[in-house]
Amino acid sequence: MSYARRAFVVAWKDLLVERRSKETLNALLFFALLLLFVFQFALGPDRERLAGVLPGVLWLGFILSGLLALGRTFLVEREHDCWEGLLLAPGDKSAIYVGKLAGNLALMAVVETLVLGLFVIFFDIDLARAFPGLPVVVALGTIGLAAVGTLFAAMTAHIRAREVLFPVLLLPVQVPVLLGTVKATEALLLGESLASVAHWIKLLAAADVVYIVVGLLLFDVILEG
Amino acid sequence: MTAAPLIRTSGVRKFFGAQAVLDGVSLDVRPGEAVALLGGNGAGKTTLLKIVATVMRPTSGTVSVAGHDGAREAEAVRRVLGFAGHGAWVYDDLTARENLKFWTTLHDRRASEDELAAALAALDLERAGAARVRTFSAGMKRRLSLARLTLFRPLALLLDEPFAGLDQRAKKWLEGYLEAFKARGGALLMVTHSFGRELGVADRIAILAGGHIVLDTPRAGLDPDDLQRLYAAHAEDVA
Repeated sequence: MSYARRAFVVAWKDLLVERRSKETLNALLFFALLLLFVFQFALGPDRERLAGVLPGVLWLGFILSGLLALGRTFLVEREHDCWEGLLLAPGDKSAIYVGKLAGNLALMAVVETLVLGLFVIFFDIDLARAFPGLPVVVALGTIGLAAVGTLFAAMTAHIRAREVLFPVLLLPVQVPVLLGTVKATEALLLGESLASVAHWIKLLAAADVVYIVVGLLLFDVILEG
Repeated sequence: MTAAPLIRTSGVRKFFGAQAVLDGVSLDVRPGEAVALLGGNGAGKTTLLKIVATVMRPTSGTVSVAGHDGAREAEAVRRVLGFAGHGAWVYDDLTARENLKFWTTLHDRRASEDELAAALAALDLERAGAARVRTFSAGMKRRLSLARLTLFRPLALLLDEPFAGLDQRAKKWLEGYLEAFKARGGALLMVTHSFGRELGVADRIAILAGGHIVLDTPRAGLDPDDLQRLYAAHAEDVA
């Protein structure tokens, strides 16, 4: 009970801080809008060309937004030495990781919903036939991205070149998630059934489990430095 | 019979690269006792405090709090410690009350709404309880971090410049709180640069210089001039 309460209070704090400051959310929405404009101009109106690259473009949008959001996860803890307070908290430190991960997932869910909505408007795509598979793929892909991103954000929080190091560390580890999400999204947007992408879903679920377990096991070591 | 120390450092050494900041520091603080740690800038006072708090690991030597070893039983040490370092542990976009609620919950120190209100009122923050900390002055943030300490109900207190940035009223409150803390059998180790009223709380004065405790003496009977002379003779000579 104490573990769940401590995880909850960390997520509650992060979301409350974000709701009031809107620092990350505003930056992400503006960034996503710019990204869509750039893609729109670069890709043009050719629908055949669009169909081929759209899944990659969609996930590029998610990943780049995620890099911005996740990289900032622990910056708030550096102000006023709050990191010390987290470190000195008794009990299993992985509760803090779970709380941070939950906060990041909630934030990314908001951003991805908006990005997805903007994609529909900008590229005039029909998402109806990709349901219910697409939300499943997006959820699994986001969990994988956030699980590793939260861990690496803690690792790089005290490093001067963290803005450079964070994506350099994160992206190679994300290869299985990127591969699975892009391939599954491509198939679902072409109207294939959820069953036809089951192998990708299994890959994503397995990657998520591995990333979360690694995060739970390593977070204490990372926090202790 | 003398009670066993609540805070004990034994031969603590800390190197940053090749430089020894602490070079064999041994210091005891017994229940009901307050030790003021003096020393010049860079003498290692804050480093020693962080090592006792288990925020930092010593290169060698041992630290124990309430009989728990800092290296092997850091978890047990953290449960009995109250620590207020340079940072106030506050989130600017939370209110004062939300900050207290967050830290007490995370640290498994249950505090009722009444207890939160009492802690804020003790530090003259009751009217600012619903205000975001972003609007607070540095002194108010400091007071909020002290309000957090009262809710933690620690056995041992580690304070870094506890009186810095406080107004006279808050300083008076802190003196009273620390005296009551000692009377309950708590052990206090505080770092200070000041020879003023904060030393009135201290039972012993320890001066850290050149990585060593160069003086450890009872405060009773020493007036501010004596302290200045002792400090000049021990800390400044070594520096």
